[in-house]
Amino acid sequence: MNTIYILWQRQVKKFLRSRSRIVGALGQPLFYLLALGYGFGSIFKQAGQGNYLQFLSPGVVAMTILFTSIFGGIEVIWDKQFGFLKETLVAPVSRLNIMLGRTLGGATVATVQGLLVIILAMIFGFRPETSHLILAVVFIFIMAILFTSLGTGIASVLDDMQGFPIVMQFIVTPMFFLSGSMFPVEGLPKVLGYIVHVNPMTYAVDGLRGLLVNTHHFSYATDWSVLIVVSLIFLAIGSWLFSKIKA
Amino acid sequence: MIEAKQLSKTFGDREVVKHVSFNVPQGQIFAFLGPNGAGKTTTIKMLTTLLDPTGGSVMLNGFDPRENPDEVRKSFGIVFQDPSLDSDLTAYENMEIHAVLYGLKKELYRPRIEELMKLVELYDRRGDLVKDFSGGMKRRLEIARGLLHHPKVLFLDEPTLGLDPQTRNLLWTYIKDLNKKEGITVFLTTHYMNEAEQMAQRIAIIDHGTIVAEGSFEELKKQTDTNSLEEAFLKLTGHSVREEGGEGQMRDMAKMWGGGKR
Ligand SMILES: Nc1ncnc2c1ncn2[C@@H]1O[C@H](COP(=O)(O)OP(=O)(O)O)[C@@H](O)[C@H]1O
Ligand SMILES: [Mg+2]
Repeated sequence: MNTIYILWQRQVKKFLRSRSRIVGALGQPLFYLLALGYGFGSIFKQAGQGNYLQFLSPGVVAMTILFTSIFGGIEVIWDKQFGFLKETLVAPVSRLNIMLGRTLGGATVATVQGLLVIILAMIFGFRPETSHLILAVVFIFIMAILFTSLGTGIASVLDDMQGFPIVMQFIVTPMFFLSGSMFPVEGLPKVLGYIVHVNPMTYAVDGLRGLLVNTHHFSYATDWSVLIVVSLIFLAIGSWLFSKIKA
Repeated sequence: MIEAKQLSKTFGDREVVKHVSFNVPQGQIFAFLGPNGAGKTTTIKMLTTLLDPTGGSVMLNGFDPRENPDEVRKSFGIVFQDPSLDSDLTAYENMEIHAVLYGLKKELYRPRIEELMKLVELYDRRGDLVKDFSGGMKRRLEIARGLLHHPKVLFLDEPTLGLDPQTRNLLWTYIKDLNKKEGITVFLTTHYMNEAEQMAQRIAIIDHGTIVAEGSFEELKKQTDTNSLEEAFLKLTGHSVREEGGEGQMRDMAKMWGGGKR
């Protein structure tokens, strides 16, 4: 228990200390909100889809959580290279607790970033429903656990940062674009449609959109159960891969 | 206290530790010397649960690392060859994480951290981020951290690399003292032969994964018919220069990536 707490605290402290990281992580969402929100807004309206900013903002929040979480998990590679990982691996504590502490820490950081982006979007005119705000935070946290575990699992099998661009290009970017975060998922070509349906990010975006602006494609039950089940699976796989790390 | 029997490790098809056996009794200071790439760090990793041996067996404080890893882990403290601090945290936070990982209670670890940090003359800097520390300060902190949980065995893998003579002297004096007072067993590697001469009661020399000589400083001089450990070492391991091991490459990588981010 103490192990989990101290490693969680470590991630949170490091996050709070690096102002540049917090501000830097707001840059990309800002860009999407400005460029897409204003750029496509009128087209979206003409197509009869309503207010694009209301549609886009939950997607941008989800994107932020996706990227921040994956980065949080990938930090395992830094710890491998800067050696701190060895310090935890020779300690008389279970690898599972080390992994859980890190993952909860990374997920907390990503959740806070996600909430900051909601505030950022509100500055630009986004108006979320306030009735489900607590549920939305819980949902965001589960989502953050899912992707932090994924990042940790990936980082456990990589030896250095050289594999990182490949991970970004072939895993994270497709997850982001083929999730309905930026545009509605209806009417996609078949193959893409399949990918969208097996992408956990799709259900994360949909659930979040449901909670924040009350429009969704799948049912609540579907979104929540997919997210919970997949996050547990990723947590299990991530823990297993983490336990296999050799120094 | 530390017992290795026919210990071997193969990476791919390269056998880097070959049937190494030794026995370090409790309270002894044991120096494990050898050129770069001889297999010292790999041996230490097998003794400290970081690597599984591909052959042979290890016992530490009466426990087998493969069967009782946590008992083994509680028994030793280690200063790795490569840095292992979190440089985005303060010195005190690094110590505190260690204390919690080893299950120490706050009432116990607070005074202990203070005592150890004063000893390595870092208590005044406890609130500073480790990334602002010099190499010597980081080393001192790592040593203090390795001792925090009162280990029975202390592993020191080239602990004085890159340190000035003053700091080296301070460290060794302290470790010798600790060995006398608390009977802590010390397993050290170093490239400074005079350190091994002054510190170690027994010395083993490893080359290409095999122990080529073992004994006290006097015995080694006699065996090789030389006058200093340096001469004995060169006579036993030859004059050719070795490639750096895997750890060195890791360090270069870390440097390459570290420039911008930390
Ligand atoms: N993980 C690894 N994979 C492959 N080879 C390794 C690995 N770790 C160490 N080696 C190799 O094993 C040899 C012994 O390394 P090491 O134990 O670090 O030597 P020393 O500490 O005596 O300088 C070196 O040739 C090194 O390149
Ligand atoms: Mg070494």
